[in-house]
Amino acid sequence: MNELLIKITFALIVVVVLMTLCAYSVLAERKVSSWIQGRVGPNRTTLPLIGSIPVIGPMLTRLGIFQPAADGLKFLFKEDVIPGHVNKFYYVLAPIISLVPALTTVTVVPFGHFIDTATGDAIPLVLADINVGILFLFAVSSLGVYSIVLAGWAANSKYPFLGGIRASAQMISYELAMGLSVLPVFMWVNKPGMEGTLSLYDVVLAQEGLWFAMWMPVSALIFLVSIFAETNRLPFDMAEAETELVGGFHTEYSSFKFGLFFVGEYAHMVIGGAVMTLLFLGGWHPLPFLPWEITGIWGAVVSVLTFLGKSLFFMFLFIWVRWTLPRFRYDQVMRLGWQFMLPLSIANLIAYAIIIYFLDT
Amino acid sequence: MATETTEFSVPDSAAKAAAGSQEFETEKLELSMGPSHPSTHGVLRLNLELDGEIIKKCDPVLGYLHRGDEKIAENMTYNQFVPYTDRLDYLAPLANNVAYAIAVERLADIEIPERCQAIRVLISELARISAHLLGLGAFAMDVGAMTVFLYTFTEREKLYTLFEELTGARFTTSYTRIGGVARDMPEGWTGRVLQFIEEFLPVVDEVDGLLTRNRIWVDRTEDIGVISREDAIAYGLTGPNLRGSGVEMDLRKDLPYSGYEQYDFDIPVGTKGDCYDRYLVRIEEMRQSARIARQVIDKMPSGSFYAEDAKKIFLPPKEKVLTSMEELIQNFMLVTEGPQMPSGEVYFEAENPKGALGFYVVSKGGGVPYRLKIRAPSFCNLSILPKVCIGAMVADTASILGSLDFVMGECDR
Repeated sequence: MNELLIKITFALIVVVVLMTLCAYSVLAERKVSSWIQGRVGPNRTTLPLIGSIPVIGPMLTRLGIFQPAADGLKFLFKEDVIPGHVNKFYYVLAPIISLVPALTTVTVVPFGHFIDTATGDAIPLVLADINVGILFLFAVSSLGVYSIVLAGWAANSKYPFLGGIRASAQMISYELAMGLSVLPVFMWVNKPGMEGTLSLYDVVLAQEGLWFAMWMPVSALIFLVSIFAETNRLPFDMAEAETELVGGFHTEYSSFKFGLFFVGEYAHMVIGGAVMTLLFLGGWHPLPFLPWEITGIWGAVVSVLTFLGKSLFFMFLFIWVRWTLPRFRYDQVMRLGWQFMLPLSIANLIAYAIIIYFLDT
Repeated sequence: MATETTEFSVPDSAAKAAAGSQEFETEKLELSMGPSHPSTHGVLRLNLELDGEIIKKCDPVLGYLHRGDEKIAENMTYNQFVPYTDRLDYLAPLANNVAYAIAVERLADIEIPERCQAIRVLISELARISAHLLGLGAFAMDVGAMTVFLYTFTEREKLYTLFEELTGARFTTSYTRIGGVARDMPEGWTGRVLQFIEEFLPVVDEVDGLLTRNRIWVDRTEDIGVISREDAIAYGLTGPNLRGSGVEMDLRKDLPYSGYEQYDFDIPVGTKGDCYDRYLVRIEEMRQSARIARQVIDKMPSGSFYAEDAKKIFLPPKEKVLTSMEELIQNFMLVTEGPQMPSGEVYFEAENPKGALGFYVVSKGGGVPYRLKIRAPSFCNLSILPKVCIGAMVADTASILGSLDFVMGECDR
């Protein structure tokens, strides 16, 4: 009973942290885009009490720290329009589906580890350390495509419909390349004589020396590009394509339903960055070939912070790319996916299969 | 009453399938793009017929911004129509003002002093830079490169500050008068223009660097919306769109007005006539405009900013109106009856940012035009849209519309 309570508290903390990260990612997006574009960004929103603290208040206001709260409240207070021509059930279901997989996948993402000073046992900081981690992650996160497809079709309107078609084709195509690109990583982790595992924790443990991004750069690149496509970020934001399809799948959505899509997108980005860090950038190891010395509670803190830092770097990368590149065309995205990424990931898989075979024997 | 029945039999459908004519005929999707759509800038509406994402038919619907400018012109004096020209191509009001003024001056047969001509060339080129900056930024934004838009918009903001200093207004400038310009340039203004050019050329280079060799940008614009040389001429395209198709036509060189023949500049020309060529032409035109502006400022002649002999047209200076009888009467007559024009007709085209803006003025004497026809470049440039869009994808309409760079204000008039 006591253990269950701890688990629930732990889970709540993780969800709260994830949602906060999403909210502040939106702020980061707005701030970074303004820096890129030579603007100032949000700097007016303030809170009555904290905002009037002498030095810190105005500083926080100028950094836009209170902006996410205002953004969220705005979504809540807008009129929630359900157009008459939609299929109500699926229309309401779609935004829920967009957020649920993102929150579910976070259960298997390890975000640090705790080494007991007395015994030397390493305990992964993860909600559920299941041994099919990556498989579970792919399975659940790929459900996210349903939210966009359903939103597009349930809206019963032409622009969302086109957005829905584009999104379903694109996300399914890139999932193939994404799955194939991580296979070499797991082939290496599951060395002969080792117990078979698909756990993300074991992947991080295997990267105490060389990080996978260094000796599997092609895999890392394909995975990174696939994340861009899977999260529907520019240059792959076919489903939204604001200047072509107005808003794509979420054209007919308003108020908090739109807000859920919004948060869902950022949650997917946070998780995408986190998984990229775990698989290819050594998880919570600060530097390659640096043995982990710190134990106890401080070790756990350092590991979590290192992991968060790396994940947030990917958030920055997502934002940076979005505000720099133009958008692909739908057929170009498909061509890139099927004619370039997929063959490349297969060739990459075969090459590493051969290399790993010779290294192991 | 006998009811008609249609019999469907298996051999029938088999025969049809064998003929292969209707077997994979799918239903077409009718999509109304606009009049309020992010990439149909202004209020253009395209009725598209789609097969999947491929456009089978494109039917532009115009007229959402129709104000009847040509009819309005018949009901007011020549001078009163100047503010209306601001609202034609509202991205380059200064150039419209100049084109209208020159058309009416040709009708009245007035000789314009050199300083005034130089000012007009300078503001026309600044207007061209401003219009191309926005056109380019909006083009890039439509294709997804949002940041380019803000870079160009920042520069345009600086230009507007300059315009404000010169004309008193940022957007609708109404700067020219028939027979001159409203007022002389403020002191030190040319220096600030030169400083702007210094700051703006690096931004053009930066945009150039962000887009010109960007793989995605090239993919999105190269071989998209190809307009052949023959088509461009046949559809009456003008301006950068015509030059993008490889026709070296520029009214500033071919039929110089306002003293353009004194300045040294090149006409950039495309080769294929696709969106990418039109983009390159616009980038280069901005550099050439900056080059012209520098030359104008270098040899800015001194003298009057209005034609002294246009007494019957140009309003006398205010202080003279308040102190001298003759000027007071002249002012009164001009305001009430309008500038007295000889009867006759004249057609004048100026090379505006979007293309050749033409004014056809018919006068039967008096202060009001009998007929004033406006040839709007955007209207003619858009006429090729149904042809170019066929076979393109939905996403390509953003590139094509962006590269055609139209303004609905002059399209609908």
